Order: sequence, then structure tokens, then C-alpha cells
Amino acid sequence: MVIEHDKMRSLAARMAQPEVRGRSPWADARRRFLRNKAAMAGLVILLLVALFAIFGGQIAIWSNEELDFSVMGQVATMGHPSLENGHYFGTDDLGRDLFARTVQGTQISLLVGIVGAGIAVIVGTLYGAVAGYVGGRTDQVMMRTVDILMSIPYMFVLILLLVMFGRSMTMLFLGIGLISWLDMARIVRGQTLSLKNREFIEAARATGVSTWRIIIRHIVPNLLGVVAVYATLLVPLMILTESFISFLGLGVQEPLTSWGALISEGAGTMSYGTLWQLAFPLFFFVITLFGFFFVGDGLRDALDPKER
Amino acid sequence: MALLDIRDLSVRFHTHDAEVHAVSDVSLTVQPGETLGIVGESGSGKSQLAFAVMGLLARNGQASGSVRLDGQEILNAPPKVINRVRAEKVAMIFQDPMTSLNPYMRVSDQMAEVLVLHKGLSKRAAVAESVRMLEAVRIPDAKGRVRLYPHEFSGGMRQRVMIAMALLCRPKLLIADEPTTALDVTVQAQIMTLLSDLQRDFGMAMMLITHDLGVVAGSCSRVAVMYGGRIRELGPVGPLFADPAHPYTQGLLSAIPRIDTDEGELAVIPGQPPDMSRPPQGCAFGPRCAYRRGDCDHRPPLASFAPDRWRACFAPLAELRAGTETRP
Amino acid sequence: MFAFILRRLAIAVPTLLLLIVLSFVLMHLAPGGPFTQERALPPQVLANLNAKYGLDDPLWRQIWNYVYGILVHFDFGPSFVYPDRTVNQLIADGFPVTLTYGTLSFLAAVLVGVTLGTLAAIRQNGWLDYLAVGISIGAQVLPNFVMAPLLVLALTLWLGWLPGGGWSFSDPSFWIMPVIALSTSYMASIARITRSSMLEVLGSNHIRTARAKGMPERRVILRHALRPAMLPVVSYLGPVFVSMITGSVVIDIYFSTGGIGKAFVDSALNRDYAVMMGVTILVGALTILFNLVVDILYAWIDPKIRY
Repeated sequence: MVIEHDKMRSLAARMAQPEVRGRSPWADARRRFLRNKAAMAGLVILLLVALFAIFGGQIAIWSNEELDFSVMGQVATMGHPSLENGHYFGTDDLGRDLFARTVQGTQISLLVGIVGAGIAVIVGTLYGAVAGYVGGRTDQVMMRTVDILMSIPYMFVLILLLVMFGRSMTMLFLGIGLISWLDMARIVRGQTLSLKNREFIEAARATGVSTWRIIIRHIVPNLLGVVAVYATLLVPLMILTESFISFLGLGVQEPLTSWGALISEGAGTMSYGTLWQLAFPLFFFVITLFGFFFVGDGLRDALDPKER
Repeated sequence: MALLDIRDLSVRFHTHDAEVHAVSDVSLTVQPGETLGIVGESGSGKSQLAFAVMGLLARNGQASGSVRLDGQEILNAPPKVINRVRAEKVAMIFQDPMTSLNPYMRVSDQMAEVLVLHKGLSKRAAVAESVRMLEAVRIPDAKGRVRLYPHEFSGGMRQRVMIAMALLCRPKLLIADEPTTALDVTVQAQIMTLLSDLQRDFGMAMMLITHDLGVVAGSCSRVAVMYGGRIRELGPVGPLFADPAHPYTQGLLSAIPRIDTDEGELAVIPGQPPDMSRPPQGCAFGPRCAYRRGDCDHRPPLASFAPDRWRACFAPLAELRAGTETRP
Repeated sequence: MFAFILRRLAIAVPTLLLLIVLSFVLMHLAPGGPFTQERALPPQVLANLNAKYGLDDPLWRQIWNYVYGILVHFDFGPSFVYPDRTVNQLIADGFPVTLTYGTLSFLAAVLVGVTLGTLAAIRQNGWLDYLAVGISIGAQVLPNFVMAPLLVLALTLWLGWLPGGGWSFSDPSFWIMPVIALSTSYMASIARITRSSMLEVLGSNHIRTARAKGMPERRVILRHALRPAMLPVVSYLGPVFVSMITGSVVIDIYFSTGGIGKAFVDSALNRDYAVMMGVTILVGALTILFNLVVDILYAWIDPKIRY
């Protein structure tokens, strides 16, 4: 999965243009977005997944930690998905209810994805806006730092951090968020450079508004389109990263779980024939990634329409 | 026999919400050695006409009708056939010399490949011939500069390279699509002079597409005026300029700034060019026309009204001629 | 060109130093230091260990020794958990395996991705295009850790065609699943990037010129369009390289291939900081080197870039 930089740059360039005919680009964009079938389907999927994460716990009969002794030890024959005993998605190899665990995994994965993307977008936007707006030597030093940080193998450093400082959720949020702000910073810096000399910024500067206030009140709101698209496309990347780490057993720890951890368990037990353990978490993982992907793509195409 | 004989050529573009009628029922001839000017505003279909002749329409474009070059039908010809015709019989130069040359290849490579492919020359011989052609378009130090990349040339020099590349196989017809629009004014004149000289030396015909009537007056023998994808007036340059027989031609001519007269403001043609995804039933120029009459709800045919002159208009000539004097 | 490479190196070397120093400092910030873990060691043993590994020296001297060891002797020091083994040995055991399937995966991703993307662009809106676009969208949600179990499920458990894990340099049947699992999602991304940049290039003016010159379509694509269409792909190669090295960790664990990923995860689970740092620094150095190669490649493709 990849966020295509050329398209992001094209979007950034478009969003930095002075508005034509005084009409908000958002009104047109909303119309185009609503007409985009893939994006709307993605939105519906995401809503359903969110509902599942929020209300799934209330439908579940079993809790995620409870062991069902009636199926324990014979999961392959007794633990399959069934409406009768309340294990809608079956049980895992310890006899825990997979439905409850999938609900919980969905909550954690979505949370990590959204918070991680949020951190990345906030850090990247502020960093890029400051570098671009202040300019000069500050800009050079800041962007050279980004260049250097780009060649650090982040996943390895993140795992190093998780091992050294303990695998807390906070660490996971921060670590994953701090991986991905570099690209955002570059794109935002470029757009800030082109916004910087527009009349309304110059007017604000001339009336003595402070630099920080100009960045927060005038530059950042104009970056909203790029930020929204980037954030939407970043969430699935964050989910992928978290799942990757959890798959290796280095991410969230029991009794907490996430899609990556569930997929890992399912992959480990599939040779016993308990395929549902892989199938259900994988299904939610895949449709959610698709959802974010289509919505992000649709949002970008809506804001930067082109024949592609 | 005419060198280029275009009959009833139409070009349609299929976009996702409309069908655009870029060119409609155009018939034209170009005689060996002559220069035909094609004039019109942007969007009049003049460039698409040229692309259709060359077989270079965009993927969603569809051409119908007939285009014969030296008696050979080339419209919608199979790739093998059209690829032989291109460069060898008809070559084309484009509006924007900045982007029309391949920025990733040395000039020597992009020129030599034409000769290697079409004439079977060795690479070495092809480069030597390319240098001779660059000298013919008056590029100083051609031998040294042939190894450079396009971005190492200035705009005017790049257009010279384009011209040299087009002439490598000595085509009988050169289609020049706004060859000077993207260039500085001083360079424009040099390029036009160069084209006229080369045309004489090589004995080739030229189809010059432009919106600049000054360029037409300076270098064409005949001119076709296009509007809304159709030819509105066709005739020899002198009579057509002196006595325009179509309101649109009149409008174009009166929109030229002149230094020799001092008659107040420039006339502009009021209104907008038509939306070619919904071509009007009648005369496309009707909504902007000062001589509009009832007949104009039907499409006026292109008809001859004097030897070698054609026009597509219902307004009586006398009225038009009178109008030239009295209109503000 | 030479000055260009020198200038890139002038950035690369400090980056590497920064990475080494950073990971070293991180290790010292870790609560308790390398030897405080589940098993409680008598204070005397701990002191001896600290002395043995030089951990009682002043910090600056430790950093100096570490950096000096790596840069001059290419020596990452001893493992903290297996005293009789050096980090170098642990890495050297796994590296050839990682290199073999990593190179194959990289080549597969680039060659298949570029070919698929180009064909899709040429046949825009044809069945091949729809197929390629469909595959590449689908494969984006199939990262290596999803591909790996699905491949084993299909090719080992159901069909029984391929061994479900392990490694042999002499038997390529062990290579197939690691390579497919590692390369699929990047292949798909490269195909997508190639397709959209190829479409853009094919619509550009200089391609129209090439057609006007009577060049056959094949030559237009291969000689005129492919080169500029490769630029976005080339700038994506750096991230692919990094992600593939990262993904190799999953491959090593899931397929028990025994590459450096295994050394890394084992050391992460054992808190063997020396090995973790060694692998991280090695990967960082390879990344920096690879990015240098990519920069040179980019400059070679695009003559407008001045060295």
C-alpha cells in the first residue's frame, strides 16, 4: 500500500491556488464525492465497522476473557461459529469467544490507526507549516533533518523502543504516529511556500499578526484538503503497521488484542482446521483497509478532479 | 492533382458526458508547393483537423471522411501504412517547442532515429545528416550542439530543431501547428522567414495553422477561416483580406491592431465561441453575428461566389460590403 | 557526477553516525540497563558483566568504542545474551538467506509491476487494464503477514505443492512462497504507479512528436515513454527497499527461513540489545546506500537534474 506522492503534490498544488469564481472548492468536491460509488461504498463499510466496534460488545454473549470450558480442548470440532451457543464467530484455541475478541481487536486497531494518523498529521502539518512559513536557514535545517530521518529504518527503531520501554499502548500510539509525519511535513511545506505570498497572508502580516498566529489561523486552515486526504490514507497505513508489529507478537499484549494479533493466532492454528480463527479477523481487516482506501482516494479525486 | 485532398472530414470526441463535434464536414485541398493558412480562434477545430490528417487524435477521438495524400487514402489507415507516410511524406511541427522534443534524449538520438527507421541509414550517417539539417535551419555550431539535450537550447533554437527534425526525410507537406505562438515576437519573425525559405528550397507544401492573421498575410497563398469546426470562408489571401465575404472573417480582420490608421478602439467580436458538445442547428456564428437573418436557423452551405472563393453565409455580399464601411 | 556522489555521501555518513549514536543512547535510557531483566542477577555478577561489556566506562567512551568498532572493524561487539557469540556471527548466519529471497522479491516486484503497469496503460480500459487495476487494488490490502498464511493455506495445506516453511539454498521450492508473500503488495503498488505515470507520459507532447515521426508504437513505448514513466517508480524504490527489509522479519518468522529477521525478533524477545542495535544499524546503512543508488539512477534517467 502506498500513498502516491505525485498525486498528493498535484492535490496540494490545486488546493493552494486562489479560488476561482469565489466559490468554495468544498461544495463541488462534496457533489463529486457523493457521486463516486466506490467512495460511498467505502464510507458505508467504515460506518458498519465502526458500529460493530462500538455496539458489538452489547450483542456478544461471552466476554473476551471468559474461557468456554465446554469447547476447550475440542475447538476444532466444537468451537466453530454457531448461533446456538452464542459463539457467532466460533472460539479461539483456548475456548475464548472470537466474536468478543474480534470486537475488541477492531476497537484497538481502529483506535491505533486513528490516533496514530492524528499524531502524524498534526506533527507533520505544524512542522511543515513552520518550515515553509519561516523559511530561510530554519527551513533548510528543518528539511535537511527530515531528509536524514527518512533513511532511518523506523520499524526496527520502533520495535527497539517497544522492547526497551515496555509495550504500552501509549508507546504504540506515539511510535506509530511518529513514523509517518515526514512525508506530510514535506507536502505541507511545499503548499505553505505557495500560500505564503498570497494577499491575505501579506495583509495579516502587515497588520502585525504574530507568526505563530498566522500559521495557526491562516496557513493551517488552507491546508485542510491535503490534510484530510492524507489523514484518511494514513489510517490504513497505521493499522497495517500496528498489525505488523502485533503479528510478530511485539505489539499489544494479552488480554488486549488487535487484528494483527488475531490474524497471527488464526494463522498459527489454521493447520488444525479452525479456519474461522483466521477468516473473521482477516475479513474485518481487509474490508476496513478497503474502506479507508476508497474513501481517501475518492476524497482526493473529488478535491483534485482529473481524468486518470 | 492536389497533394492533399481532404473530403468531408469530421472529428468527434467522446467524453464521459458529451460528444464533442470538433470538426464537421471539412473539405480542402493543398496543391504541391503552396502554403495554405488555416485561421480560427482556439477551439475552432483547426488543430484537431491537422491531428486527424496525421492520425494523431487523442484516444477518444474518431475521424470520418477521407484524406488522400498523393492519391493514397491515409485517414484511419493501419499503423504500418500511416507510420510510413509520417515523416516521409507529411511532417508536423507543434506549438510548444519546450515540450514537443523528448527531454530525455539527446537531439542527435531523436533526429537520427528518424533516418535510421525511414531511410535505413546507419547511426553514424544519420547523425551526420542530422547535423547538415541543423545547419540548414541555421543553428550555429550544429556539430557541437547535436549532442546536447533539448533543455540546453533556447525556445527559438528548439523550434529550429523541431523544424530540422521534421524535414529530415524531405516531406512533400509540412503541417505547422501554431509554430510561433509560444515564442518571443522577434524570434517569431525569424522562424517564419526560415520556414518560407526552407519551403522554397525544399519545394514542399505547407499547411500553416494559426490564429495570427499577420502571419497568414506574410506567408500564405490561400487561407481557410474556421469557426465552430467548419470552414466559413476559403480563398486566396489578397482578395480575402481586401474583401472579406463572411461576417466572422470581417470580425477577425477588424480585431487586428493597426499602426497605420488611427481609428479609435479595436473592434471585438461580441459573445463566446459555441459549445461544440451541443452544436447549434443553424449557423454556429449566428448568435454573435451582426447580419443575422431568418435563414440563419438553417446551416449555410460552403458555396463558391467568385472564382476560387467560397463562403458559408446567407447574408448578401452587398450588405456585408456596405457594413464594412458603416459598422462602428 | 563524482561531486554529486560526494555530496550525497556527505549527508549519508552523518546520518549513519546519528543512527548509531541514537540507538546507543536509547539503550542507555532504557530503564535499568541491558542486564536487568526477569532473571535477577547477584550484584557481583552484574558488576562483572558490566565490566566485561565496558558498561562501567564513561558514556562518551562507550559510544566512541562502539562507533569505532563498527566503522573501523565492522564489529558490532558481543551478544548480551549469548556471551560466546558475536553480533557479527548472528547477522552473518542469516544475511545470505535474507539477501537471496530479498533480491528475488525486489526484482519480481519491479519487473512484474512495471510490465503489468505498462501493459495496463497501453490497453487502457481493456480487460487487461481492468484485471491489472483490480489485482493491484486488491493486493494493497494483502500485506506480507496476510499473504504468508493464505499462501500456506492454499499451496501447502490444501494442494500440498510446496513446503510450508524452512529454507534450502539448493531447492528453489523453498523460495517461492517467501518471494510471493514479500513481493505481492509492492508489485501491486509499482504496477499502479507505472500505469498512472505511463498514462501521463503517453499523453505528453513529446510522445505525440515521436508518433508524428512515424515511430512504431513499440518503439514509442520502449524508447520514448518508458524512461520518463520510470521516474516516479524509481523514487518509490527506496521505500520499497525499506519495507521489504522490514517485511523480511515476518517472512523469517512465519516461514522459518532463518534470515536476519529471526535474529532481530529473537533478540527483541530476549532483550538482547546488542543484536537489535546491530541489525538496526545494518539495515540503516543498507538503506542509506540504497538511497544513494536510487539518487544516482534518478539523475541518470533525467538529464535535467544537475549533479
